[in-house]
Amino acid sequence: MRPLSPHLQIYRPQITSVLSILHRITGFALAIGLLLLAGLIISAAFGEQSFDLVRGQLSTWYGYILLMGWSWAFYYHLCNGIRHLFWDMGKGFELSTVATSGWAVVLASLTMTVVTWVYVVQRSSIVQELLRNANVQ
Amino acid sequence: MPMSSSPRDLGSAKSGSHHWLAQRVSALALIVLSLWLVANLLGLVFTPFGNYVFWLKQPINAVGLILFFAASFYHSVLGLQTIIEDYIHRPCVRWPVLWLVQGLSLLLAVGSIYAVIYVALK
Repeated sequence: MRPLSPHLQIYRPQITSVLSILHRITGFALAIGLLLLAGLIISAAFGEQSFDLVRGQLSTWYGYILLMGWSWAFYYHLCNGIRHLFWDMGKGFELSTVATSGWAVVLASLTMTVVTWVYVVQRSSIVQELLRNANVQ
Repeated sequence: MPMSSSPRDLGSAKSGSHHWLAQRVSALALIVLSLWLVANLLGLVFTPFGNYVFWLKQPINAVGLILFFAASFYHSVLGLQTIIEDYIHRPCVRWPVLWLVQGLSLLLAVGSIYAVIYVALK
């Protein structure tokens, strides 16, 4: 038996530990999301009908909830992954820096998620207007 | 943990540093590739199927997407391997699950890359 860590339940959650497990959780979620991306491109190879069938599932309320979750998971894993790469270079190990960079990752990932979805909503109305005008002509 | 008679569970196979390095190299590639893909997908969202096909027929996009799928499936299987090794302790479950995940990932990676080439060249 190799030594086991003390039981996690007795620890008060800290910014370091919470962000650490979030990196793993978002990574797992992104592995599932990658299946969807692969499914989307494979459905495109089968033609327009199957592609729109997959895309139609993403345009539902549950599709949007999943996509919003995945987009945050993506930005979080990206930002925190860059934080990890700095650690690999031996940089940013001071406790105060670790906490600051952690909060920066949280803030950056949330900001990028909001900006992305504001863009998508605006684009939705613009594209709909373009399609409406095309139909009128 | 029950020991098996195979050398699999008996310590270093001198492959630990390869896993570590491969995870980081694929991470570096994915910083560029994933941001590029997200930016492009956001430009395509809500547009008709033909726009996606047109986008995919540009060689730079087809090559970029193939690189993205290769790097992301590789990175994802390395991460899933760590999760499996951390949480599945019984060797008779751990290894079959790992092989299943690796096999399915390879299948989907090849399938999606083939789909990219198929659509791009059709």
